[in-house]
Amino acid sequence: MKLIILNDYDQASEWAAKYIKNKILMFKPGPERYFTLGLPTGSTPLGCYKKLIEYYKNGDVSFQYVKTFNMDEYVGLPRDHPESYHSFMWNNFFKHIDIKAENTHILDGNAADLQAECQAFEEKITAAGGIELFVGGIGPDGHIAFNEPGSSLVSRTRVKTLAKDTIMANARFFDGDLSKVPTMALTVGVGTVMDAKEVMILITGAHKAFALYKAIEEGVNHMWTVSAFQQHPQTVFVCDEDATLELRVKTVKYFKGMMHVHNKLVEAPPRGPKKN
Amino acid sequence: MPSNKSVSDAPITQFINCRILRDHQLQREDLWVRDGRILDPEKLFFDEQGYADKRVDCEGSIIAPGFIDVQINGGYGIDFSQASEDVVAGISFVAKKILEHGVTSFCPTLVTSPPAVYHKVPPTLEPRWEPLVLPQVKVHNGGAHGAGVLGFHLEGPFISLEKKGAHPEQFLRTFRSGGIEDVMEAYGSLDNVAMVTLAPELASSQSVVRELSKRGITVSLGHSVANLAQAEEAVKHGASFITHLFNAMLPFHHRDPGIVGLLTSDQVPAGRTVYYGMIADGIHTNPAALRIAHRAHPSGLVLVTDAITAMGLPPGRHTLGQQVIEIQGLNAYVAGTTTLCGSIATLDMCIRHFKQASGCSVEEALEAASLHPAQLLGISHKKGNLDYGSDADLVLLDDGLNVSATYISGDEVWRRGP
Repeated sequence: MKLIILNDYDQASEWAAKYIKNKILMFKPGPERYFTLGLPTGSTPLGCYKKLIEYYKNGDVSFQYVKTFNMDEYVGLPRDHPESYHSFMWNNFFKHIDIKAENTHILDGNAADLQAECQAFEEKITAAGGIELFVGGIGPDGHIAFNEPGSSLVSRTRVKTLAKDTIMANARFFDGDLSKVPTMALTVGVGTVMDAKEVMILITGAHKAFALYKAIEEGVNHMWTVSAFQQHPQTVFVCDEDATLELRVKTVKYFKGMMHVHNKLVEAPPRGPKKN
Repeated sequence: MPSNKSVSDAPITQFINCRILRDHQLQREDLWVRDGRILDPEKLFFDEQGYADKRVDCEGSIIAPGFIDVQINGGYGIDFSQASEDVVAGISFVAKKILEHGVTSFCPTLVTSPPAVYHKVPPTLEPRWEPLVLPQVKVHNGGAHGAGVLGFHLEGPFISLEKKGAHPEQFLRTFRSGGIEDVMEAYGSLDNVAMVTLAPELASSQSVVRELSKRGITVSLGHSVANLAQAEEAVKHGASFITHLFNAMLPFHHRDPGIVGLLTSDQVPAGRTVYYGMIADGIHTNPAALRIAHRAHPSGLVLVTDAITAMGLPPGRHTLGQQVIEIQGLNAYVAGTTTLCGSIATLDMCIRHFKQASGCSVEEALEAASLHPAQLLGISHKKGNLDYGSDADLVLLDDGLNVSATYISGDEVWRRGP
């Protein structure tokens, strides 16, 4: 596991975006070779998306040969509802870049058969050759996607009933009206994310500090589902200073001491050989 | 290749690098068009997995809804009310020229005219040429041929003698038969009429207002000496517009503000808006008066040119019909005098002047020539905005609000030369 500690949210976002960009570039995607990227929604990744859009607009990276798979979507919320994750992805990422609609995958929370929709999603990931890099955020209770406390750590894509806390927290997006908040969601499982070649978790803000502590300093525990990634061969946590507040000084110092090495991961990759 | 053939074969155009006027503000968004209408790109993406066939780089321009002029009497040497041998050609000529001012649809306006301009009158014994205007021009869509015609604006003849302005006195009429029969007798047909300006103090006017409104014709109050109560009564019966506010009506008086008082009246039925036309050329309305109106009732302001024959002609002397006029700057004088003979400002000039004089936002200035006239005419479900599904009538402007290109139904119909 790598823990990347940046000063603040903006720097953490930029680091994450550079990392994703480099992964795509080094993969050298093409018509026969798509880079597969798992993506989250929520406020944490917004800064990272903004940076990626900037890199696209500068011509540094293209999403033409990238396939994306989103983590989750509400059940029963109209697709064009402003709070749907379809709307989120369209407004905050897809409409700004050159990705093709057929290469984006978001679970359909309005599917007639939700179970079949989840099954099909897993199959699509498999058909795409698995996921190269799954990017995720976590909740203050350590949930990844909608895998809330107590979720099986080997779970697959499925229908989940949302925790009361999550529903209450979401009410602010639905005119403060609890009855309007979706109570179920489709979500990839912890196991689905574990299958990715590489996982990157973004954690910023003091309110997530305890979750980060539970994620990396305590044992693997289904009450803190993100802790499962301790057993993933390639996980990188990207956080800001605030999110480290509950960590041991030793932990923070150790990883900060590694930054000069880790920062090499986000240096601009060497360009191809010069033409004479 | 990209557009989804199962939904539509029509190519999709994406206007990029622009700021579009949507929901009352300029937004950094692309604008998507298919089949002459504005397309929801999110639906296109998720439902059809489609994308653009063609991209238009707007180089940072503002995109506003096409302008709508609800009061224009002519221009470029043509007077719509002056029956000529080829009325259709005259209106078409002006319709094409006003594309460069960003006008994508308009209401050709006829001032009080002899009956024969409106409809066929019984033939006299000696054979003569029939000067019909009204029956010759039908409502039609705009295109490369010119701005669309939304219907005529008939200004008069049911107006006040005292406030007739330049309307010929001998053709003024009253509702002597008691109402709509007079209207039908005067106009012959209402088929291609969008708006009628009348004076609400005329006896029986209220039943006429009601009947016209019922038939979907916008009733405007103007060329009138009505007091506020009479004006409010007309609004209650369906009137929704004031023709060139301040001009050809009683001046504002604090004990009876007259028609002007409608701007702040509490008698306007809930959910209704009274709109008012403004000639914001800096000459026909003093900037202070323009500001008073705008601050009192910003959402009702509709910019109109009220343009006459001389609009669009170069400075200098011109012979128009029987009259010789001289154009100096934005003023058109009867040659050799300082008598103003009508407005010659184009609609885009009026927008710029309105913004500068009122200090309003770019958005407000543009909506006064697009959204508001569309709402006034009851066509805001397809014109006057850039909402999904609306007609793709567009104006590209720079930050100084100078028009650089005009589109109708998604097709470029005018572009400024390099």
